[in-house]
Amino acid sequence: MKNFFASRIGIISVGALIGILAPLLQYLGNPGNMGICVACFERDIAGAIGIHRAAVVQYVRPEIIGFVLGAFIIALISKEYKPRAGSSTVIRFFLGVFAMIGALVFLGCPWRALLRLAGGDWNAIVGLAGLISGITVGVVFLKNGYSLGRSYDNKKGSGWIFPAFMLGLFLLLAFNVSFAEGGPLFFSEKGPGAMHANMWVSLGVGLAIGGLAQRSRFCTMGSLRDIILARDFHLVSGVFALVVVAFVMNFFVFGQFKAGFEGQPVAHTNHLWNFLGMALAGLAFALAGGCPGRQLILAGEGDSDSGIFVMGMIVGAGISHNFALASSPAGPGAFGPASVIIGLVFCLVIGLTMREKMA
Amino acid sequence: MSNQKQVDARGLSCPQPVVLTQKAIKEGNTSFDVLVNSNVSKENVVRCVQKNKMQAQVRQEGDDFIISVSQEG
Repeated sequence: MKNFFASRIGIISVGALIGILAPLLQYLGNPGNMGICVACFERDIAGAIGIHRAAVVQYVRPEIIGFVLGAFIIALISKEYKPRAGSSTVIRFFLGVFAMIGALVFLGCPWRALLRLAGGDWNAIVGLAGLISGITVGVVFLKNGYSLGRSYDNKKGSGWIFPAFMLGLFLLLAFNVSFAEGGPLFFSEKGPGAMHANMWVSLGVGLAIGGLAQRSRFCTMGSLRDIILARDFHLVSGVFALVVVAFVMNFFVFGQFKAGFEGQPVAHTNHLWNFLGMALAGLAFALAGGCPGRQLILAGEGDSDSGIFVMGMIVGAGISHNFALASSPAGPGAFGPASVIIGLVFCLVIGLTMREKMA
Repeated sequence: MSNQKQVDARGLSCPQPVVLTQKAIKEGNTSFDVLVNSNVSKENVVRCVQKNKMQAQVRQEGDDFIISVSQEG
């Protein structure tokens, strides 16, 4: 069976569709330039279940749930549901932790970096430059035999655990379950966490993007990596379409475009740490084999190694906010810079030590 | 018919199957097999082979795909 979405025109249409849907979600209530930000939204989920107590970023984001479940459903239909596990689990967990720490120093995952760019936030250019630098280092490791080792097929049952976890989160949200007075679940009363589109709209968009991303293999980190590694422009054509269409939607349709460095929504202007935060995230994504969006899709397909990376990111969000690592619009958190350095050292050690002999 | 040289990229994360395929091509191999076990890896390896102006023939054996790489023409 020919997979249309894996073709060039297919990936461009998926990128374009995300470029329409993400700004639409912003128009319908999601935070500025954050139509779908995997890092931000996993962070909000961590807040909602009390892993951190930053009052302004707590909400069970249905978009994240939708990505996983959409990918799960489409993978089942297209016979690509394939439970697998066993490739350096703990390392992947900590790559997730540090990827999140880096992303929250910049204030966004690669998807949001693109959406920020499309909204006129020029700080995103600094972040993307950092992302490219981090991925470039990752490619050097890959070319020198870096590998986390093989994953192996697993029992059919192991693959649905992660989608079931996501479904459980959605049920907690849908039935507005409260475990104690004042939460959990915690819901922001102000700040970005209080800004969201209708739950069902968010879920629907998440499901659609999750399904399409599964078919098209859409990956932001991979798009840049493939250029650096193999001069392969396949994935980046989708990313390019996303940015162009999101810009057109922001500028012409929703009036959400505002150019500049200063006063951008949920962003700061510290170039050094915008750059290094994203460099850390990019390196961690490259070492783990996918951007945070892609990891959610793979987790939906039954990949336990991606599932553990996502759990690392959720725990990493808790660490970021509990230990004053995450940035705010005022700038980097007190211990943000130190944590980025530690993360970079961790990733370099992993990149240097996890090597297959290149026969 | 199987080729002598085999690149076993089963279970490896993106983009390692492509890295290993590229390496085999760079080493001057003109006819070899790449083993993968996911559609994504299969698509990526085939794209990489075609980019290098070589031919890729895919056949399935159980859960595995065997991509036979050969010189064009």
